[in-house]
Formats: sequence, structure tokens, C-alpha cells
Amino acid sequence: MVQTVDGIMRRESPSSRDRVVELADRSWRPLALLAACYAIWWAITKFEIVPRYLVPSPGTTLQVMADKAGYLGHHTLVTAYETVLGFAIAVVVGIAAAVLMVASAEVEKTLYPLLLFAQVVPKIAIAPLFVVWLGFGLTPRIVVAVLIAFFPVVISMVTGLKSVDPEMLQLASTMGASPAKTFAKIRFPASLPFLFSGLKVAVTLAVTGAVVGEFVGGNDGLGSVILQANGNIDTPMLFAGLLVMSFLGVVLFVAVEFAERLLLPWHASRRGDAVTVTY
Amino acid sequence: MTVTQQAPAVEIDRVAVRFRAKKRDVLALENVSMDVRPGEFVSIVGPSGCGKSTLLKLVSGLLKPSAGAVRLLGGTVGGPRHDVGYVFQRAALLEWRTARKNILLQAEMRGMAQKEAAARADELIAMTGLTGFEDSLPHELSGGMQQRVALCRALLHRPPVLLMDEPFGALDALTREQMNVELHRIWHETETTVLLVTHSIAEAVYLGNRVVVMTPRPGTIAEVIDVALPRVRDYAATMSQPAFAAATSHIRDLLGAARHSD
Ligand SMILES: Nc1ncnc2c1ncn2[C@@H]1O[C@H](COP(=O)(O)OP(=O)(O)OP(=O)(O)O)[C@@H](O)[C@H]1O
Ligand SMILES: [Mg+2]
Repeated sequence: MVQTVDGIMRRESPSSRDRVVELADRSWRPLALLAACYAIWWAITKFEIVPRYLVPSPGTTLQVMADKAGYLGHHTLVTAYETVLGFAIAVVVGIAAAVLMVASAEVEKTLYPLLLFAQVVPKIAIAPLFVVWLGFGLTPRIVVAVLIAFFPVVISMVTGLKSVDPEMLQLASTMGASPAKTFAKIRFPASLPFLFSGLKVAVTLAVTGAVVGEFVGGNDGLGSVILQANGNIDTPMLFAGLLVMSFLGVVLFVAVEFAERLLLPWHASRRGDAVTVTY
Repeated sequence: MTVTQQAPAVEIDRVAVRFRAKKRDVLALENVSMDVRPGEFVSIVGPSGCGKSTLLKLVSGLLKPSAGAVRLLGGTVGGPRHDVGYVFQRAALLEWRTARKNILLQAEMRGMAQKEAAARADELIAMTGLTGFEDSLPHELSGGMQQRVALCRALLHRPPVLLMDEPFGALDALTREQMNVELHRIWHETETTVLLVTHSIAEAVYLGNRVVVMTPRPGTIAEVIDVALPRVRDYAATMSQPAFAAATSHIRDLLGAARHSD
């Protein structure tokens, strides 16, 4: 922050050097944690606290990842494709459902029980049904991903659309605003911060959904890599698959966070470091 | 003045408002009647919770009276009215829009011509001393600045009736004086009908042709005071007028008496 002549504290636009410093400041903690985990993992295998065939050493795991990069890459792309497509469909359908539910109490009363039922039914239990219905291709896995990611999208969007300042809506009505304009200029933008918190949950769940779908049917994707490695008691490959899967989840999560920063700069700057005092 | 012969701009006719809350009913307003002439400036003062905000919501059609009727510019109010400019007690700004874009919301919602609206916005920004903050987001503005943005937004479409709910409550004394002078100028230049709710007796008297003093809940009209000052007023000169002193001390007595009988 800098003090300008008019006495107002403004955020200075960071230079590239400042940005590197900021990045280092932000990332050293998670990196340190990661290093600590790695060290513990390494120690467990080094001193054989757990037998090697149960927990492979980090070195072996990384070696497998390097050796089988092509194989893992292919299956990662499959899972990523299912996840992203499932997530995208869940977002579109979820937002549409939320808008309809907020627009009409009748629709809300009708859809809510259905939605709740779809949420409480264990996805892993109905996944085999989708395979029976839709075959061994990508479709059943995408469907499971959609089903699992859909709920947080709807709930967060409904909450967002309902949380609009009622006085703001009253003001809009004194402006003679049409419902469509009120929605586009007030309700929808106001609900976006809520939507994004739901999207962050949804995107990580979508990975789970895709993998669950792969467990149940088909012979590609990270889910089936893990299943196969498990069958062969190939723990290094199993660990490699798990690592890649977690990495995929983190990448997608960060992508959603990035989109949030890009689309809602006003929101990010509100909760960001603008509120902390610097001396 | 010829305005006295015209039909009232605002007619409030034996109005009552009862809020039905879960635990208890609140009678906010009871048997309130008053007329406001076109081009008149009416200040409303009264203890907190006496129904001043409720009264403005009635006039704009945002609230339906439980009894009685409200007429605005000749027509009975039966729903939200578009021919008013409204400044709420809280600024009610869209936090993702800059000051300027918040002001222009009025134009976008009404489908006003863009060029004309932009010019009008610039004029209002300069007038309210917001120059330099057009591109700031609401959370980067002080409370008083946010309230001025809300004022600009209410004035953008040159409404025939302006409803203001404690618009200057968050301003420092000096800015408040300047805003009073500006509002006074806008009012006598545009002949807008204004209803202003305020907690400042001096503000009520300086700006108002009449001051409505309300009783504690349930809100009724204790007295309507005619301010014996010229229509166009100079701030400093007005403060030293005997009529100003007489009106303010009378209102203070009324409000004080209301408090003691409470
Ligand atoms: N939506 C509502 N539901 C229930 N009660 C309400 C509602 N709005 C206002 N009231 C009640 O009506 C009364 C009048 O409220 P109002 O906001 O008009 O007061 P006010 O005179 O503007 O007060 P202040 O000076 O503090 O702004 C209050 O007692 C309040 O509790
Ligand atoms: Mg009020």
C-alpha cells in the first residue's frame, strides 16, 4: 500500500520483483509441508517401518511415474476429460436448476426432494446401474461425475440468488427494471461469490465421480489403473496413480480459483490482504 | 406562489401500517395524513423507530398501507413507482460496480440514452465532490462517499419526486453543510418535490418549507411546522435568522416532550 497525495491508501500495482517475493512468501509453507510429508514417507520406507511391498519408497514411485509416463499420461487425460466434461455439465444444469427454483416456489418444492434424493443415494452404489444402462464407455463415468458435482452447484447458487440485499431489489423496482434486467445486473452477479465456493467443492467431487465410474466399468482412466495395480499387487504403480489423481484434483481446484480471481476481482480484493494492516 | 393552487404532489390519507412479525405485531404508523405541494420541500423528523423510513416506502409504493391511501402525482399508489428518486438509509450499492457504474445503474435499468446519462453522471459526480473516485469500488469509498454515490444515482433521471432517508447521516459536519447547500440549490433550480428524513433539526429547518415532527411509535404526526424563511436561502445568513432559531427550538421542544412522555 502507498499513501498518495490525496491521503488515500491505495494498493500499488506490484512490480515483477515484488510478485516473485509475494509468490515465494505465499508458497513456502505448503512446499515445506510437502517436503516434510516426503521426508516422513522416505523414512518409513528407508527404515522398513512398514514392509516395502505395502508402501513403496518415494524413489521407486517417482521412478515408476517417469518410466510409465506415457501410460499414466494417457489415463490421466481420460480421467481429466471425464471430470471436466462432467463438471461443466453439472455447472450448466446446476445453475439452470437453481435459477428455476429461485424463480418459482412451485418448481422449488417439486425439485428439492428429487435433488435431495439424488444426493443421498450413494453414487458408488448406483454406478454399476449406469454401466448396465450406458455401456463401458465414457458416458456412465461422466454421468456419475455430473451427479456428484451437481448438488454443491445448485445449493450454492440457490443460496447466492436468495442472499441479494432486499433493499437493492426494492431500488431496482423504483427504477422500473424488468425482471430480466434485475436478474442480469443484480441477482446473478451478487450470487457469483456463493456459486464459486460451491464450484470449488464440485470440481474436486467431480474427480471422485469420474474415478468411481472407472472403478465400476471400463478399462481406461486412473481408476482402472489403480484397480489393475491393486490386482497385480503393484504398489508402486498404485501409489503413482494416487499421486497423479490428487495432482489432477489440485490442478482443477486451482483453475477454478484462478477463474474466480479473474471474474470476481472485486470479491477477491475484498477478502484479500486489503484488510490486513501493514506498518 | 402559484404552486399552492395545484393538486398535491403527494397525498397521504389516514394511513396506518402494521407489520406482522412472528412474535408480535408492530403498529408502525397510525392515522397519518399530510399533503405535499408540487415543488415543496418537506423535512421529516422524529425519534428512531417512529416510522419515518416506513413513510417513504409507502410513498414510493414499496410498501402497502394497512389502512388508508397514498396518492402520488395524481394517481393512487398501488405498486412500486418509477417516477421517484430514492436514497435509502443504507447506501445499497452494488459492490462489483465502480462509483460511476453504480450511478449509471439508474440509466441502464430505465434504458436512458447512454450519452445523455453519462454527461449527467459526470455533472453529478463533480457536484457531489466525487471527482477522482469515479472508478473506485464501494468498499474503497468512505461511508459518506458511498452515500453521495447513492444520492447521484437517485438524481440521475431528474425525478419529479425525491425521497431521501437520512442521506447525510454518515457525513462529517462540513461536508454535510456543503451537501445541504447543494441539495438546496438542486431543489430550487429543478422544482423537484422532496421528502427528506433526517435526525438533524438544523438540516430539517434549513432545507424544509415545512417540517413534519413525528411522535414515537406508533408514529403519528405531532405537528407540522411552517418555516418562515424565504424559498431561496443562504446557509450562513439563514443560521442567524430569528425564524430559524424559533423553528429549531420549537422542534427540539416537541421532540423532547415526546421523549419525556415516553
Ligand atoms: N419489515 C418490517 N417488519 C417488521 N417490523 C418492521 C419492519 N420494518 C419496520 N418495522 C418496525 O416499524 C417501526 C418503524 O420502522 P422505521 O424503519 O420506519 O423507523 P424509522 O423512523 O425510520 O427509524 P430510524 O430513525 O431508526 O431509521 C419500527 O419499530 C420497526 O421495528
Ligand atoms: Mg429509518
